[in-house]
Amino acid sequence: MTELLQLVIGGLANGCIYGLVALGFVLIYKSSEGVNFAQGDMMMLGAFIALGLGNSGQLGLPFAVAIPLAVVIMFGVGWGVERVVVRQLFGQPQFTLVILTIALGFVFRFVAGSIWGYTPLVLETPFAGLNLRAGGLVISLADLVAIVVTVVLTVALWAFFAFTRIGLAAQAASQNQMAAYIVGVPVMRVNSLIWGLSGAVATVGGVLYATRGAIDPNIGLLGIKAFAAAVIGGLGSLPGALLGGLVIGIIEPVAGRYAPGELAKMSPYIIMLLVLVTRPGGLFSQIQMKKV
Amino acid sequence: MRVVFKTSYDNDIDLHEHGYERARTVVLLVVMVLLPFVVGDYYLAEATNTLIWALAGMGLMIAVGHTGQVSLGHAAFLAIGAYTDAALMAAGLPFVVAFPLAGLAAGLFGALIAIPAVRMSGIYLAIATLAVFVIVEELVILLEPITGGVGGIMAPSISIFGLSFDRYAALPNFYWLVLGIVALVTWGYANLMRSPTGRSFLAVRDSEVSARALGINVTRTRALAFGLSSGVTGLAGALMGHYIGFFNYELFSVIISINLLLVVTIGGLGSIQGAFLGAILITGMPQLIAILRDGVNANFGFDLGGIPGLDTMVFSMILIGFIIFEPAGLYGRWRKVRAWIEVFPLARRDMFRRHKTYLKTERMK
Repeated sequence: MTELLQLVIGGLANGCIYGLVALGFVLIYKSSEGVNFAQGDMMMLGAFIALGLGNSGQLGLPFAVAIPLAVVIMFGVGWGVERVVVRQLFGQPQFTLVILTIALGFVFRFVAGSIWGYTPLVLETPFAGLNLRAGGLVISLADLVAIVVTVVLTVALWAFFAFTRIGLAAQAASQNQMAAYIVGVPVMRVNSLIWGLSGAVATVGGVLYATRGAIDPNIGLLGIKAFAAAVIGGLGSLPGALLGGLVIGIIEPVAGRYAPGELAKMSPYIIMLLVLVTRPGGLFSQIQMKKV
Repeated sequence: MRVVFKTSYDNDIDLHEHGYERARTVVLLVVMVLLPFVVGDYYLAEATNTLIWALAGMGLMIAVGHTGQVSLGHAAFLAIGAYTDAALMAAGLPFVVAFPLAGLAAGLFGALIAIPAVRMSGIYLAIATLAVFVIVEELVILLEPITGGVGGIMAPSISIFGLSFDRYAALPNFYWLVLGIVALVTWGYANLMRSPTGRSFLAVRDSEVSARALGINVTRTRALAFGLSSGVTGLAGALMGHYIGFFNYELFSVIISINLLLVVTIGGLGSIQGAFLGAILITGMPQLIAILRDGVNANFGFDLGGIPGLDTMVFSMILIGFIIFEPAGLYGRWRKVRAWIEVFPLARRDMFRRHKTYLKTERMK
């Protein structure tokens, strides 16, 4: 029993990171109905920038300075990517963005690989190796931080979309671009902002990932798993993304413990396919009948 | 500019618009057949590889270019084709039986996935295919008795009626075999696209709602297109297995799926010629990069080979460039150039204006 609980807690923390990356997908999907397949690589790049700023071997800034700075830089990267590349696709079919962002992901991976190399690196954190003990359970502080930060961020983003002017404008832009223009929403600027925001969220996810293990340029592939999370929750729903992340995060280690390893690797995708077949819009579905 | 006077409906749907085009196809085919007498083994092997990629590209083109279903997991069907073919041949079946069966297996698997997947639109299908790809990749490792697991298996040597088509011992024969298969599939594909079935693919791509209003069974059409697409890709996979000789699951990585997508996008979505142009680019580019790299190394003493992942990076940049500046791909560009020449002094800038669609959500909330 303790073992299962232990697995679940580790899974929760993992799931939060998947959830954070999934939040990035959902942000962009919510504001432009596009899917950013480079989200995982943005997470990786964010983690590496934080590492480059904060680690003693590199720039050596204090942790509390390096992380916000990395978040700001990645906000700029997200913003810049939208301004320079993604905006060119305005008015093109959706799947062009899919192909474009896949290519962008490779570019990010190449950039990170040429700066920081392909050997795994460890981010130095103030809470590395600290554990809390409760009964027979061992909870690492990094796990706890991951869970708390994710919950706070999800609530904040949800409030952003539900209550702020920009959040509402972003939703309007995604529902009908032309109409949003007509009522005065600066669609392009809102899009840039959302891309920046998703870059920032990805950085937080990347830093949390890095606090729990080594990073290398290929961790961006985690994006595919986070993507499954977003789909399970229903693309376009922020709480759904987090829930999807948690489902995957918990099922993976549990399946890994009680079933053959390959099955554990497949489990997120099997769940995703099951969800897609039974509820094509995800658990928090937002899709209704298509109208002419 | 050549004006074709059409006197019957058959003229209208003819494979070639006029005799000159027909002659060009014949010339191309003759050149391809005579290729082994002209070039050496190295380039012949490269040509074979290009043809196999073109076949796989045509497979994906049916789904992406002609039916509008983006698939990020077509490497899965390559894998299914390759492993089915190798397993059946290892069981003693001859190539002429195993090869079509491999295509059939991949096609059936594709259709089976497509039936639930086609209910989803656009992005969801892309995701589902990605999931299927990961599952197939893990299954390949799990099913060790058939696939050899991580270690991989050897594709048996091909011989038909006692004549060897081995990739190394009889490369020209293997090349002709591949060429024959590719030519047959291309011919079938071109004919499919002028039949009612092929036209319903286009209708589904351009507007699902209108297609449905015209009495097309959208779900069935999409499943059929996806099945055909994966079947052709499966055939390419079988050939790829024979071409590589010894392979394991790593041959069919997600990079291959992406490269296939690159083939159809750069080549030109919605044209058979595009699959070939894209295949030439994707198989030729590593050679070109290698030659350039040697040149840079010799002239500037700067070793580009020391930078890992440079090839992928270059591919990605090319892809981004094409998507932004020429979404119609190489073939689309060629068509523009040709039209410009044909109407020579009369070309106007707006002849090929891209039309923009503004996003209108399907989510009503």
